[in-house]
Amino acid sequence: MRIIRAAAVGAVTLSLVLTAAACGGGSPADGSGSGGGKTLTYWASNQGASLEVDKKVLRPELDRFEKETGIKVELEVIPWSDLLNRILTAATSGQGPDVLNIGNTWSASLQSTGALLPWDAKNFEAIGGKDRFVASALGSTGAPGQDPAAVPLYSMAYALYYNKKMFQDAGIAKPPATWDELIADGKKLSGDGKSALGVEGGNLAENIHQVFVLGKQHGADFFTPDGKADFTSDGAVAAVKQYVDLMAAHKIVAPGNAEYAQNQSLADFAKDRTAMVLWQTPGTTFQAQGMNPDEWGVAPAPVISGTPGRGTGTNSMVAGINLAVFKNTKNREGALKFVKFMTGDTEQKTLNHAYGSIPPVTSAQQDPAFDTPTVTVLKQTLATSAAALPQVPEESQFETVVGTAVKELFADAAAGRPVTTESVRAELDKAQQQMPKK
Amino acid sequence: MTTTAIEKPPGRTGQRHAPGAAPRRRRPGRLRARGLPYLLLLPALLLELLVHLVPMLIGIVMSFKELTQFFIRDWTAAPWAGPDNYAVSLDLDAPVGEALLKSFLTTCLFTFCSVGLCWLLGTAAALFMQEAFRGRGLLRALFLVPYALPVYAAVITWAFMFQRDNGLVNHVLHDQLGIGDGPAFWLIGDNAFVTLLVVSVWKGWPFAFLVLMAGLQNIPREVYEAAALDGAGTWRQVRHVTLPSLRPVNQVLVLVLFLWTFNDFNTPFVLFGKAAPASADLISLHIYQSSFQTWNFGTGSAMSVLLLLFLLAVTGAYLLLTTRSPRERKAAGGR
Repeated sequence: MRIIRAAAVGAVTLSLVLTAAACGGGSPADGSGSGGGKTLTYWASNQGASLEVDKKVLRPELDRFEKETGIKVELEVIPWSDLLNRILTAATSGQGPDVLNIGNTWSASLQSTGALLPWDAKNFEAIGGKDRFVASALGSTGAPGQDPAAVPLYSMAYALYYNKKMFQDAGIAKPPATWDELIADGKKLSGDGKSALGVEGGNLAENIHQVFVLGKQHGADFFTPDGKADFTSDGAVAAVKQYVDLMAAHKIVAPGNAEYAQNQSLADFAKDRTAMVLWQTPGTTFQAQGMNPDEWGVAPAPVISGTPGRGTGTNSMVAGINLAVFKNTKNREGALKFVKFMTGDTEQKTLNHAYGSIPPVTSAQQDPAFDTPTVTVLKQTLATSAAALPQVPEESQFETVVGTAVKELFADAAAGRPVTTESVRAELDKAQQQMPKK
Repeated sequence: MTTTAIEKPPGRTGQRHAPGAAPRRRRPGRLRARGLPYLLLLPALLLELLVHLVPMLIGIVMSFKELTQFFIRDWTAAPWAGPDNYAVSLDLDAPVGEALLKSFLTTCLFTFCSVGLCWLLGTAAALFMQEAFRGRGLLRALFLVPYALPVYAAVITWAFMFQRDNGLVNHVLHDQLGIGDGPAFWLIGDNAFVTLLVVSVWKGWPFAFLVLMAGLQNIPREVYEAAALDGAGTWRQVRHVTLPSLRPVNQVLVLVLFLWTFNDFNTPFVLFGKAAPASADLISLHIYQSSFQTWNFGTGSAMSVLLLLFLLAVTGAYLLLTTRSPRERKAAGGR
């Protein structure tokens, strides 16, 4: 009898403990989002060649912050494939980091969830004022007319990166400035197991960045001014078709690129198998793949005709990373201090230099370190011919559905199936129907 | 099982220590003894509630809400959507419903092929492994490797092997054997279905093998000897002795394989990423994309509930059809 009683007591105790433990899982005792002013959790996006590189770049700076303020920063570098999901989960559960990096194109989408701290005048005051930042970078921090959901941290732009040796071998003197030139050069560069241009056909975000810019060049936006999806306009169809035709019609993109989604095109570039890529700050990756900085050149991304500028002369999106504070943070004061530190002149110079990006902070941008030929091209592009992706709440859905449509079209092109205006329009129409009804 | 195992000891101890006493008189003790099994089940029950039932109920509630990005921070503020999410999912003329139906049919076909092949391979291997031969232990261990490997690591290796330009599969098929006009795509386009099937069968058949091997151990040798004396050849023995004896094992095995395969999320997700090619758009990935990628958790939940109902119906019908009533069993020879 005693054994039974012991077993019964054991069972009841065990169930109580398990229940308590399971219920307690959500309490702030797990450390993240709390810490009473002495610690902060920081989610960084992957900016360097690998997560390890990022840790090496950021750790000394975070230690410096700790020395200055006594606040310890717990760093987690999150790969791009997971970042948005992690942020969504954090928003849903209320359990997240204190400070986090977001892709600047997500600003309006994440703003609409209400999970991020709005940057009103008072919060901007705490980090030195809104006018420290470059205007174009601030244009990608949330829906117009609302307090920004984040502040700019790193700015980037698309440019044409070309492999100097392959250009020389093909007898091409200067990089192409228009799409027609690019296609003509591309024919000279293709063949013998080599191809002219690399794309990441399976990477949804990459597809979006490219067709958005081409859309601008065709005078099309993917959203109407009042924020409704408009994927099937003639301009949008022409833009997507033009991008896919680089593989389907002009054959200057290798069919294998249709399944690329993990920056394989950069590896091809570094191995002299692809002569050009349209990319944002691939320098660190090229070097990690064994290239010397003098082996590649940088030129503004091509336009249809004329020179890059506003409107149809757009040749890049306003790319970049924003820094946001999670609204649920228990340490708002510390978080603001950290944002001030990261957007301060010193850190802006150090970090943007390490990542090959441009400081979105005016005073840091003046530094001579950002006058190299590469950075000058990017700076010029950002200042004169870059446009921000639509700042609408449905932006991230747009990336998914239209990015998938372009992926499917690339798959068609790679399999040798025809890509026509009708097939492009049908894919885009399917994408549009998947957008949330308002 | 639990009940018998636990109810016996008190009776026995009572008899052993006090042969003259009448244990029946001690009613509170008996009550306690009778309650004990339930008490011992309590931890499992509570955990089951926490881990499975509560999230399931929350999912059902979510499916009636308009839970979009504007409300994920505070679910309770999301407006009730009534049956709207179900209407959208089931409207087969609209793109969302049409895509869901297509994904469902793809999943059905995929599950049928995968379970069939897993079972066939598992049965064949288990039968061949019955005879003792040199290296049998080694082969058995080797066959179980896919089952022991972590899914993610195994599937990502497959993804590398199926790459068009640098993958092992094309290297062997195209470069070495010269099959096909040019290197084929395996991770995009129509071939993706075959890719998914190969990986799924590779991952699933060792389980069938393991279970059937255990089932075969339980068939008495004499039955085979008797069959052999009656003049039955190997094939007749397999058909009339082995397969009928394995029936209860197969019943559970096929059901479990069906549920695992139909619900499989890891394999397509690791192979294809967030957007699976249309030919391999399995329903679990489809639902994931409908909720996580478009941030519409209400519709995603409604689709999940529909999937749950379907699987419940199939499981129920399957068990009803395959389980013999006791009378039938007696008629079938006491099995």
